[in-house]
Amino acid sequence: MSAGNPRTLFDKIWAHHVVETLPDGTALLYIDRHLVHEVTSPQAFEGLRVAHRPVRRPDATIAVVDHNIATDSSRRTGILDPESRLQVETLENNVVEFGVPYIPLLDARQGIVHVIGPELGLSLPGMTIVCGDSHTSTHGAMGALAFGIGTSEVEHVLATQTLLQKPAKNMRVSVEGKLPVGCTAKDIVLAIIGKIGTAGGTGHVIEFAGEAIRALDMAGRMTVCNMSIEAGARAGMVAPDQTTFDYVKGRTHAPQGEAFDRAVTWWSSLPSDPGAYFDKEVMLLAEDIVPMVTWGTSPEDVAPITATVPDPESAPDETRRAQLQRMMEYMGLTPGQKLTELKVDVVFIGSCTNSRIEDMRAAAAIAKGRHVAEGVRAMVVPGSGLVKMQAEDEGLDRVFLDAGFEWREAGCSMCLGMNPDRLTPGQRCASTSNRNFEGRQGPGGRTHLLSPAMAAAAAVAGHLTDVRDWQPVGSV
Amino acid sequence: MKAFTTLTGVAAPLPAANIDTDKIIPARFLKTIERTGLGKHLFANMRFNEDGSEKPDFVLNQPAYRKTEILIAFENFGCGSSREHAPWALLDFGIRCVIAPDFADIFNNNSFKNGILPVRLSREICEKLMEDAKMGGNARLTVDLERSVVVRPNGEEIPFEVDAFRRHCLLNGLDDIAQTMQHKPAIDSFEAQQRAAQPWLYA
Repeated sequence: MSAGNPRTLFDKIWAHHVVETLPDGTALLYIDRHLVHEVTSPQAFEGLRVAHRPVRRPDATIAVVDHNIATDSSRRTGILDPESRLQVETLENNVVEFGVPYIPLLDARQGIVHVIGPELGLSLPGMTIVCGDSHTSTHGAMGALAFGIGTSEVEHVLATQTLLQKPAKNMRVSVEGKLPVGCTAKDIVLAIIGKIGTAGGTGHVIEFAGEAIRALDMAGRMTVCNMSIEAGARAGMVAPDQTTFDYVKGRTHAPQGEAFDRAVTWWSSLPSDPGAYFDKEVMLLAEDIVPMVTWGTSPEDVAPITATVPDPESAPDETRRAQLQRMMEYMGLTPGQKLTELKVDVVFIGSCTNSRIEDMRAAAAIAKGRHVAEGVRAMVVPGSGLVKMQAEDEGLDRVFLDAGFEWREAGCSMCLGMNPDRLTPGQRCASTSNRNFEGRQGPGGRTHLLSPAMAAAAAVAGHLTDVRDWQPVGSV
Repeated sequence: MKAFTTLTGVAAPLPAANIDTDKIIPARFLKTIERTGLGKHLFANMRFNEDGSEKPDFVLNQPAYRKTEILIAFENFGCGSSREHAPWALLDFGIRCVIAPDFADIFNNNSFKNGILPVRLSREICEKLMEDAKMGGNARLTVDLERSVVVRPNGEEIPFEVDAFRRHCLLNGLDDIAQTMQHKPAIDSFEAQQRAAQPWLYA
């Protein structure tokens, strides 16, 4: 493309990072930040070791443990599961051998990789950011190009600080107008996925735009970008603006002083030019959005909390009918059942989608002065040690504990059940995480995705419920 | 990486859309530090009961499909997590090719890096191949990457498209990293320029 043409945010960041273009159009793309965790890195470091290759830019790399670790006090006395322990020890050995900066398990800065990146100023506007994890799309909220990669690509980045990539197509999802009271970023992104489907963004990078997106704080933008992978997109992004710059300023690894001002000047040039071309455009009206909840086993199977379970007989074709029947059976649902009648056994508030301080506050505002329903297990897992400390400074831990919630240590926890936090077969869970796939939170577990406030309300009610019916009973 | 040229083998039908990577290999099996040995956990929740016994209805447990080398599925195969354990588990089981109307991006990338060929064909053709795959021991397809065709049991040849660079790497079993290392001078000069323009990225 010529320099004079209007370009998108994605086009600009891409162009800034192309080292070379191969004859067939594949680009060698430079990577500014590489986040590493224990699950998808051992085989990559092993590959380097076998080939006698060093890590090219340890200073652009950061490692942390999050997926595999216990979120109760047992983490202080060592990891019980021998396989989990081996994976964590392997990372600890690898970071020493290859000189990679590492945040240990018992460090206050430890947390979910997609929470700590922005929090520590490691994820900045205009960057290319990768991690061996699909929810790397979260960091696109900074106005960065951030995407998940496999372990072979992790090894490629460690060795060369580049990736071989074909450019993605541009897609813009605009959410116009003002979000109604009781609705959050989570409801926006669930509504988007419900509209475009789990493959709606395949091959594209989605730029989220419009008044309702601009009005979101950084935590909300991260929630939206986090789930762009659930729409099949390579990445999700929000253009950097004053909200972004205010968030970045003063963070540990962010540029300081004069360097910050220089950076802001550059970052301000990144938003899509007027008239830039998008291969695909989708528009939603914020005023149409209501609190959402998934009922099926794919994030696209989502409905307003006021809706009923659909009837497989109304499916457009045989394949979809069979798929719906399978979902009904797995989820233990009957057609026509009200979503608000579904009793929950477990409530999980956490994950890289919704575990930031803003999410903690939203859940606590509902929990305050109330109590978790009889027979419900409700757990709150902050996204990082720093989120946990801030929540405790604000007294949110007391709110949750007094209301009968568990208040735990930071980690991925029950989002994917790699650690001991798992559902048992048939248990129904209201979860603020990102995937409701069969068995995701434990074999036979039934997941309903929703916002932190909706999850807290479900914990108190003992069933899925419309958060708009639950006014706060006191200030937090 | 093992080269992929031509494969003739049993194709198993998995007539569903959105087969996600949690289905291909559930998270509890990701605790390995090896690339190999995951075939025994492939499709674990669909393939085995809680006590570890086989679910006889699942296709890969049926005698005709125990040596499956090709999978036929519907839309959005491999969606969800970026775990490369998904192609590792397929490969360890012996599956070197998946045919579907489309694939999730990261799974698609990961497959090529491990000598697995994802073949994109229309829904209509996948439905025909699904019927072929239901013929049990006779469900043998040929996937010829050199000529970029799938050959049905009745001899009909179906052409498919594949990215030229990836085809080249797969046909020759080439390691990406060694190739990229040849561009080291370009990477060095990119870094020098970037360091001057955005020094905060090198703090």
